[in-house]
Amino acid sequence: MATSSERSPPPFPDSEDQDVLDAEEVRGRDSDEDEDLFGMTEMDTTPTSDVSMKPPSDIMNDPLIEPMIKADVTVEATIDRSEVTAGVIDPLSQQEAKQTSTAPVIDLSGDSQPVTSKIADPLVALFSDAPPAAEAKKPSSANVDLFDDEEGSDIFAEPLQTKPAKQPQKSLFGEPDEDVFGEPLGAISKKPVPKDKPADIFSQAAASTPSVTSTVNPKTNGVHSEEDGDIFAEATVELSLDSPRNERKKEATAKPSAPAPTSLPAAASLAKPQPPALEEVRDGMNAYMAYKVSTQTTLPMFRNKTFTVRRRFSDFLGLYEKLSEKHGPNGFIVPPPPEKSLLGMTKVKVGKEDSSSTDFVERRRGALERYLQRVVNHPSLLQDPDVREFLEREELPRAVSTQALSGAGFLKMINKATDAVSKMTIKMNESDVWFEEKLQEVESADQQFRKLHALVESLVVHRKELSLNTASFAKSAAMLGSAEDNTALSRALSQLAEVEDKMEQLHQEQAASDTFTFAEMIADYIRLLVGFFPHRKCEFCDLQGSFDHRMKAWQRWQDAQSMLQKKRETEAKLLWANKPDKLQLAKEEIAEWEAKVTQYERDFERVSATVRKEVIRFEREKTKNCKRQVITYLECLLQSQQQLIKYWEAFLPEAKAIA
Amino acid sequence: MSTEEVKETASVLSVHDDSIKVTEVLKEGDTLTFIIVSQKLSGTGEYHVDRTYEDFEWLQQHLFSQGDVPGIQGVIFPPLPAKPQVNASPRSIKQLGFLALGECQPYCKALETFLQQVAAHSILSKNKAVEVFLTSSDPPGRQKVKKNIFNRLSQAVEEMRKEGHKDVDEFFQNERDHNLILTGCTKTAAEKFLDVVATEQKIAVACGHFSTALHLCVEPGEDPDKQAFSRVCVKLSEVFESIKKNMTSVAENNVNTLGLGLDLESRYQEAEREMLFRRTCKLVELENAQRNVEKAKPVKKAAMEEVKKAAETEFEHTSGVAKQEIARFQGARVEMLQQALVGWCEKQLLTAKESADQFNQHLEVFRGMA
Repeated sequence: MATSSERSPPPFPDSEDQDVLDAEEVRGRDSDEDEDLFGMTEMDTTPTSDVSMKPPSDIMNDPLIEPMIKADVTVEATIDRSEVTAGVIDPLSQQEAKQTSTAPVIDLSGDSQPVTSKIADPLVALFSDAPPAAEAKKPSSANVDLFDDEEGSDIFAEPLQTKPAKQPQKSLFGEPDEDVFGEPLGAISKKPVPKDKPADIFSQAAASTPSVTSTVNPKTNGVHSEEDGDIFAEATVELSLDSPRNERKKEATAKPSAPAPTSLPAAASLAKPQPPALEEVRDGMNAYMAYKVSTQTTLPMFRNKTFTVRRRFSDFLGLYEKLSEKHGPNGFIVPPPPEKSLLGMTKVKVGKEDSSSTDFVERRRGALERYLQRVVNHPSLLQDPDVREFLEREELPRAVSTQALSGAGFLKMINKATDAVSKMTIKMNESDVWFEEKLQEVESADQQFRKLHALVESLVVHRKELSLNTASFAKSAAMLGSAEDNTALSRALSQLAEVEDKMEQLHQEQAASDTFTFAEMIADYIRLLVGFFPHRKCEFCDLQGSFDHRMKAWQRWQDAQSMLQKKRETEAKLLWANKPDKLQLAKEEIAEWEAKVTQYERDFERVSATVRKEVIRFEREKTKNCKRQVITYLECLLQSQQQLIKYWEAFLPEAKAIA
Repeated sequence: MSTEEVKETASVLSVHDDSIKVTEVLKEGDTLTFIIVSQKLSGTGEYHVDRTYEDFEWLQQHLFSQGDVPGIQGVIFPPLPAKPQVNASPRSIKQLGFLALGECQPYCKALETFLQQVAAHSILSKNKAVEVFLTSSDPPGRQKVKKNIFNRLSQAVEEMRKEGHKDVDEFFQNERDHNLILTGCTKTAAEKFLDVVATEQKIAVACGHFSTALHLCVEPGEDPDKQAFSRVCVKLSEVFESIKKNMTSVAENNVNTLGLGLDLESRYQEAEREMLFRRTCKLVELENAQRNVEKAKPVKKAAMEEVKKAAETEFEHTSGVAKQEIARFQGARVEMLQQALVGWCEKQLLTAKESADQFNQHLEVFRGMA
């Protein structure tokens, strides 16, 4: 923030227009509008309101995002950038915001993407364009600076080079963070108010909302606030796709210091939603939350390298429906999305900004992100046109069926199906030992994971309690400090209160880390293994689901066999009764059923093989994922211990100074 | 040992005050017996005595009731912790606060502090009862102790009336006001801190459970995938074991340093408050006597005058001692709190460093896993 406040005010819009026009077509489009817009409003006030509203949300979000995003650093940086950019552009593009704003997001995250994989070419292009413009318009230089700094060094260089281990630290203690967010945000707010005191606005980017708005044209402010919500407030899914096939190419070009992308060939990361930032679309009675899904990819099957779409929760369910319909019967494990939660969602809709609804939204965002990551990580599912459409297509036809099915009706239906399947299970005498064992394993694993989940949840509850208690101890220590006569002791006690306040933060972060690394990871497994609750068993097509599909295939085969048997008996009867006219027909039928039996048998074997492969893949992924999570967790833990050490070391001389 | 025997003699204590240690506690049925060890002033050798809580009460009663020492009412008596319960009810646990935690160590520490404070006190250490308590092999206080006016309960009733009485001395008025605020603040702080510790202990337990449960995830079999997963689980279990250890020692550090410090401070503030209250009572007594003198008929005037004189002397003595005591107390408590804070900080620092080391090792192991 400090740095940004020192910068001179850039009339960003102008410079941007020019740069961007050169730089890229899409952007150019959008910047045209900027010009118009600014022509009308005299460029200053209009966007400010938006901007000033926006930064707080972003800022608040940052700490949240980082600890839990499992995608690599690069992806994260991208998120930040793209968001920032969105912030820059949206206010400018006003009503068309959707169209135009998404475009810039794409551009910029596109730029950042190369940094991770191919590095920087477009970046250079984009920004090398900027300086001339800057010269033309003097103040815009700051703007250029800004980009250079952040992109070149701060965001990308740093996160990339530092190991992933460092990443949580940043989010916690935030120097790079501040740079990243503070500056771009500052830039945003600066740009619109080029004349008077941008420095002020800047330095307070987050806090300044009221003051800025007061200087701002209130009408436009009103106009914007809506759009605002739409765009920024969005829960963003960032999905970066680097297909396994491109991995090789990437490895060749990319720095080895970005190990995450390779281990995570397709990274879908959902950038955080936060209550203020949450996109809530209120359309009469139907309020809903939209998630921004941003994808980066080098796969040729996509039209662009990066793109962003908005999806609502039911779209995610719809995707799942389609996928499980298509791939489930073949024995694929289609990753299940998180459940609908009427309670959680209602709370959010009602607009209660208490911690539980924030928590809910964050958990859901994380779950959706992991869900998408699982989908795109699956080699077969990634090829599905529906997946592509989901990621790429601007407007998705509303998933009517899910809407109808979601909630109780959906569950009931599924449960019925499950019942039927489980009845079948009893009949099926398993011939394959491997499957029998696996099924048992899955069942016991489910129980274990449930137990673990309950334990982690209770741990999280305690952590939260600790943070609350620490806060109230800090308060009472401060009181004690102020009541104390002895100056040195009083001072030390106040310091103690501060230390405890900081520790409260640490505890809070630790609770979040517990939640998002372990609780959510385990919840995912449970979801994958079986449905969330016993009565919803098999709510989604998952591991057990794929076993079920195999059983269905088996059943079909068996039915066909018995049908064939019957036909043969009929033939025998006919032979005996000596009815040659019908005999011919019976023979044909037998031939038909023989073909079917072979076909079904083959089907069954194919499904079995797929299930087998899938289960093995699942287990391998599970271990890998688990390890990754643990490493993240440990890094976080280590970080907070190191921070504690710092706090104690700072406090010790204070304590010793009491005389 | 009867009361009279002890009362007459004032003696010099024959042990080093700072050598007094409560080394052990023995549980027999419902009674707890504390072993107290102290070093002889004369040459080498130690006294080992065993005392129950009743003995401590006996000692305290003797200290309270030294009628012959002028100004004894002005002494801030070292506070004796509340009676420990073997099978503590939630209420008594709440009353004991930090001292109810752990395996009696905090409680022993508090008793030890009490004895050291008594032995180091210039007025109290002269009482024969202290010597007897620390050195006599016979338990002194096994008979029922008669509660005297220092009984907290009876005091509570009187307090209502007299605590608000305006003081004639500005110093004492200030001290009383300040003491009132500090007592409240310290008590709250100690309670809040206790909450923190309690939660830390819960977290430690939860981590332990999680760590144990992780072992259940270990799958048997030759399958390399399974083995890999099992390895992750086992390692993770170790990680949580470390987290548990870390939390446990953080909680212990909290109790043994700042926790005990705040607890002692809180009880000492109470003790000061009691002393100030006793002095206020004397003041009320004196003022009543003065009024009586004014109102008295000539016949009784002389007698009244005498009563007033006596009250005056006593009040002056009390105030004199009280002033010294307060000065001493202020110094002592700052030092005590400083030690508590420094000790706390150092211990937590050590724990944090150890834990960071351990986490780092775990991290390396995980990174090293193929």
